[in-house]
Order: sequence, then structure tokens, then C-alpha cells
Amino acid sequence: MNETHPPLGEADLHAWIDGRLAAEDAARVQQALEADPALAALAQDYRRQNEALRERLEAELDEPVPARLVEIARGLDRARPGSSAPASANRHWFAQAAALLAAVAVGIGIGWLARDGAPDEPVAGQALTLPLVRAAAVAHAAYVPEVRHPVEVGAAEQTHLVTWLSKRLGTTLQVPNLESDGFRLVGGRLLPDARDGVAAQFMFESANGQRLTLFLRRDDDGTDTAFRFAEQGKVGTFYWLDRGFGYALSGELPRETMLAIATSVYRQFNP
Amino acid sequence: MSGASPSPEFSLELIALLPRLRRYARALAPDRFAADDLVQDTLERAWTRHRQWRPGTDLRAWLFAIMHNRRVDIARGDRIGAATVDADPPELAGPPPGPIDGLDLQRAYDRLTAEHREVLLLVGVEQLGYEEAAQALGVPVGTVMSRLSRARARLRDELDTHNPRRPDADDNAPRLTRIK
Repeated sequence: MNETHPPLGEADLHAWIDGRLAAEDAARVQQALEADPALAALAQDYRRQNEALRERLEAELDEPVPARLVEIARGLDRARPGSSAPASANRHWFAQAAALLAAVAVGIGIGWLARDGAPDEPVAGQALTLPLVRAAAVAHAAYVPEVRHPVEVGAAEQTHLVTWLSKRLGTTLQVPNLESDGFRLVGGRLLPDARDGVAAQFMFESANGQRLTLFLRRDDDGTDTAFRFAEQGKVGTFYWLDRGFGYALSGELPRETMLAIATSVYRQFNP
Repeated sequence: MSGASPSPEFSLELIALLPRLRRYARALAPDRFAADDLVQDTLERAWTRHRQWRPGTDLRAWLFAIMHNRRVDIARGDRIGAATVDADPPELAGPPPGPIDGLDLQRAYDRLTAEHREVLLLVGVEQLGYEEAAQALGVPVGTVMSRLSRARARLRDELDTHNPRRPDADDNAPRLTRIK
């Protein structure tokens, strides 16, 4: 290092890289760098590394945010019974917030949340209390088209997925095996659900890319039911209640095929 | 419960910051599940304490501090990510030639300790000021600087390990006054 310059500290170097130096100090560092090519190379290297890291991690900001986190950020979960926050306070500001939410939703990849309030559901704190079949269809429509992030947890981590979802739903879950029906597990995700706080969705895919979802949540105010069928657009859903849980299998397949798979699911939960 | 109801802005800002909170959580947590659980804990704490936040101040730094503290608590409780020891920075070498590949960089970053990732994220990526970063991490500014220095050196070394070194690199090692 050149004798005419005071020794350059690492703190100065990093502050220079981060653009945090006053003009006078920045000039001093600049001088020191000009006098020492190796140091200049190091500084450039750090700066490049920093820019590359910023660019690389920028992509993480585009990932869709799990709906349950959006719900908690909205503060809606605090309106549930047993929560300490008064529900009225939540509704009070929610009405104002809802209008603005659509504006930010697109920017952070939760556009689908805005859709699930429409068209026949009022926009209110209760917007997510949907009948089983509708909740399942909304979740199906939201995630089946996803190319990069169809599931939160992939099939490769099936054990972790099952443990995690079981913990969240407060039960011991199992994932039905639909391989004999030509569908393999893609993975699963946790969804917000006003009925019991959370619901789980498993996604399956056939060799030609056809996708099915199995939606389940606690649903214990009725007796067990037989299979019911509903259609919303092209998506058909078989749904039923069984020992305290609601199940809904959705997909764009012929009704008979859907029934066969739903039967397979039911049998696996009732061996 | 008494006092003013939470402001709509608070909720909207929380939502807008979710991607940044998840990114920071991933720097801290051992995997993505733990990261989202950490985000969830942070949001719940943010709501519980929202009156402590002064509108007009940087909500992001306030949330980062909550998340950092939560992670410290978790690490104390079950030793996840605990006991990260700052090793001496590796010998300074010449820069790897050519542009930095994004995947190489991601892998090098993932190999760092949580402590190093978080300082790189807060200062380098989120571009918090050193004072703000120090507050979020609950340490003096000097500690932020020394961690930053070690983290950058370590990241560079990790990148170097997987890239051809310049043959004369070691001879050109620049001399700096090292921060303790």
C-alpha cells in the first residue's frame, strides 16, 4: 500500500462498497484503491458479488406467498373465537383494507385471493367461510394452473409434508396412493379456511399432466354423508363427510373416472 | 383490550412486506417450512405488539428485529442454527474470472452460516443502513461491520472453491487493517 495514504480499514472498504461513505471519505478510499490494484480488484469483486446476490435473491420476492401467511398478515385470524383481538375492530378496518388489497395483491403474487371473494360472496371478514365444495373448487382453481409453485411441499418430502399438515390440522393424516389410477403425488399445501382455521390440499398429476386435488378440512357438525357431486365450469368435485372430516376431490375428468378415484380415496381412508 | 384499533395501513404494509419477510426467514431458518413458520411467528408477534411500532418509522427494520429475536429464541430452545462461530476469513485471493453464475452464488450463499447470510441480506440486499442493521440484529455497529466483512470474504471463498483460481492470486493479496 502506498505510504502517502493512511491505512485503509476493512470498515471503510465495506462502507465504500455499500455506498455509505461521505463524499470526502469516499474520495479517500477511491485514492487508496487507485494506488493498490489488488485492493481495487478485491473491492470490485465484493461489489460485483453483492450486486449478483441482490439480483439472485430478487427472484425470491416473486414467489407466491402462502395464503395462510396473508391471512395472518391481514389480522383476520385474530377475529376467530378464542383470539384476543375483538372481531369488530378487525371488520372495521378490513372493509377499508379490502379495497386497497387488490392493488397490492397483484404485485406480490396473491392475485387469486382477490378472486375468491367474488362474485357471490360478500367481501367481509367471513368471505373465506365457504361450503366444502366451494372452498375445494376455489383452492383447485388457484393452484392447479401453477407451473412453478403448484405445491408448498413436494412429494419428495412426503414424510415431512404429512407430519407438517397433520400437526396443523390436529390429526394424523395420510396421503392416499392413486398410482393405480394413474396419478402420482405432486405434493401438498396448507390453506386458510375460516371453518377451522386451516385446510390441506394434496395435488396429484397423471403422466399427461392432468391434475387432481384432494381438499380436506375438519367438518364435524353433520353426520357422515354419501358422495355428492358438483360441477363448477369444467371442474367436477366429488365431496363427502367422513368421521369429522370433509373431503373433496376435484379435477377436469369424466365423472365416472372421478367417481372411481374418489372411491379409491374413500377406501384408503376406511380400510 | 383497549386503545385504538389497528390501522389499515399496518395490515397493508405487513402484506406488502411478506415476500421480504419470507426471504429474510429463509436466510435464518434451516429449511422452507421452518422459514414460513418463522414468518408466521413474526406476524403474530407484530400484531400483538403493533402499538409499539411508530407509524412513519421503517416497519421493515422493526419486523426484521422481531424475526431475528424470534430466531435467537428458537435457537436457544432447540439449538437450531445455534453456536455459529465466526472463523477467521480465508486468505484473500484474486477474483474468480468471468461473471458470477446465479446458481453457484445461491449455493455458496446457502453454505454460509445463518449469521453470515442475514448480515449479507440486511446490508447488501435489503440495503439497510449499518445502524438499522445493528438495531435489527441487536448488536453494536462494529459487530455488524466485522460480520459483514467475514461474510463477504466467506462468500467469495465459497465461490472461489468452485471456480478456477487465478494462478498468481495469493501473491496479490491486498493488505487491510483487519476489524477485530
